[in-house]
Amino acid sequence: MTDNGVLKVAMPKGRIYKQASKLFRQAGLPIPEDFDDSRRLIIPVPEANMEFIMAKPVDVPTYVEYGVADIGIVGKDVLMEENKDVYELLDLGIAKCRMSVIGLPDWKPAIHPRVATKYPSVASQYFREQGQQVEVIKLNGSIELAPLIGLADRIVDMVETGQTLKENGLVEMETLFQVTSRLIANRVSYRLKNIAIQELCDRLGVAISARV
Amino acid sequence: MTKPKVFEKPTGVKDYLPHAVTKLRRIERSVLECMRLWGYEQIMTPTIEYYDTVGAASATSDRKLFKLLNQRGTTIVLRPDMTTPIARVVGSLLKDEPFPIRLSYHGNVFRAFEEEGGREAEFYQTGVELVGDSSPEADAEVIALAIASLKAAGVPSFKIAMGHVGFLNGLFEETLPGLTSEQEALKACLLQRDHVGYRDFIRKLSLDANWQRELEGILRLRGGEEVCAQALELSANAGAQAAIKHLCAVWDVLAAYGIQEHVLIDLTMIGDFSYYTGMTFEGYASHLGFPVCSGGRYDNLLAQFGRPAHATGFALKTTRILEVVEEVADERDRVLVVYDPSQRRSALADADRRRALGQAVVTEVFSSDNAQELAAARLSALTGSFTYRGTLYHALAEIGTDKGELA
Repeated sequence: MTDNGVLKVAMPKGRIYKQASKLFRQAGLPIPEDFDDSRRLIIPVPEANMEFIMAKPVDVPTYVEYGVADIGIVGKDVLMEENKDVYELLDLGIAKCRMSVIGLPDWKPAIHPRVATKYPSVASQYFREQGQQVEVIKLNGSIELAPLIGLADRIVDMVETGQTLKENGLVEMETLFQVTSRLIANRVSYRLKNIAIQELCDRLGVAISARV
Repeated sequence: MTKPKVFEKPTGVKDYLPHAVTKLRRIERSVLECMRLWGYEQIMTPTIEYYDTVGAASATSDRKLFKLLNQRGTTIVLRPDMTTPIARVVGSLLKDEPFPIRLSYHGNVFRAFEEEGGREAEFYQTGVELVGDSSPEADAEVIALAIASLKAAGVPSFKIAMGHVGFLNGLFEETLPGLTSEQEALKACLLQRDHVGYRDFIRKLSLDANWQRELEGILRLRGGEEVCAQALELSANAGAQAAIKHLCAVWDVLAAYGIQEHVLIDLTMIGDFSYYTGMTFEGYASHLGFPVCSGGRYDNLLAQFGRPAHATGFALKTTRILEVVEEVADERDRVLVVYDPSQRRSALADADRRRALGQAVVTEVFSSDNAQELAAARLSALTGSFTYRGTLYHALAEIGTDKGELA
């Protein structure tokens, strides 16, 4: 949003960051490796005329919607849950996983079905579309615990390899949608910084197809 | 919900303190004056309307309408925009007025509360409607006036993106003939700004490779006049061609106004399809993450109020503009008149004379209670402005006070 033309990029800390920064490097954007473990929150990269804002993944769409970051990288899971008004420009094809309904192998329809999840909005919408009225319980972590200790009969969560589920004796019942990381842009930045954003998209696009 | 604390107000509404109101009024005055100079006359309509008339015809989705019940149980809405009430007026009170009708407005509009803070439930819009003119000149006029209004408001730098709903309608009808639900799905993707979903959906349609390339290619149709030429090549559909020709004609008029540097064409920029029927546009200011104005052609609205007519217009998001406009120096001429009770009559007459000259005057009786504060004020008044009881003044006038006593 600044006039000096620096592109502000909201980057998710953690799981996605390593893969995203690698993709940026493959696209020829000079993000030095040692940023990965940096504790700094704002990292300028003047060579690329960019500034990286290190954010908690669920907050990335918020920064971008308000325009304090021009673009951002975020998982489709967060985009679906947060429902922010941003441009979804590119599927980066990284951090692949899926959003699934999970339960115990001997699951039977409960009288008062309860679903525990970190994604209450995604879960409510899904079950409503299925014509099922369920009580959605918001949890913040270790969602797999819920069916094991009887808090809920099913959970909605992200599955990457399925290893955690297997170790806890849970099974995937249905897949809601596939999840990968996306490049998103602010509505205003998308117009006012159109050239820089389009160029970044193109370079990332080339790097993505080179991978496949 | 717990009982609100006394200072709380409902989510999404704001108080405007004097310095903000000064700024807001200045923007409002300059923009309305700008609109008047373009031949638009200001109109006011009620804050509340019937849900079944204005509520139903409005472009605002039902979920976002702020609804109330009156004492008979009829549903009332707080107006979600000014365009729909104006359409109602044009179809009723002004039904014998010949076209074209040029109206301007400044007013507060409402949205139902969002679960989340940050989205406003009440905000101000300043805008115009040009009813009864279908020409490209009319569309160009509202864009030119939007630009003039943004300048009048003092927005430092901005861009307008312009599109046309007819182009996508035509292109989709050509590539996906008769497949209404697929067309709707693609439009929904674009409306939600979901380019990834749009591309995925096209790939799933297993179209001819050329069509697929073209449908994906429109995501890049942004830029200046050259976009029109590219778009003309893209679709042979009559509707799409007509849309682009109209857009080219609008562009030519904008060029004649000499303002095309502020405008870019983006054919994926679509407003609500059920509402806009032709050219649509949005304005963006740097340093602000949300659009500052939006508008377009809505040829179907007036028919819902019994007077079918072409119409085009725009609204500035005045309360948002407030955030990007520079603070202007406070040029108010504020005077403190201090008088001895025995001189009340002449002091109040003096204050009146000053007010007639445009000065803001506050009167204060001199007493032993404020003698010390006034002495301090007099001292700093010697060198210019001074503060008395928390307020800034530019001059001090004393009537009948014993200055010796003050000092």
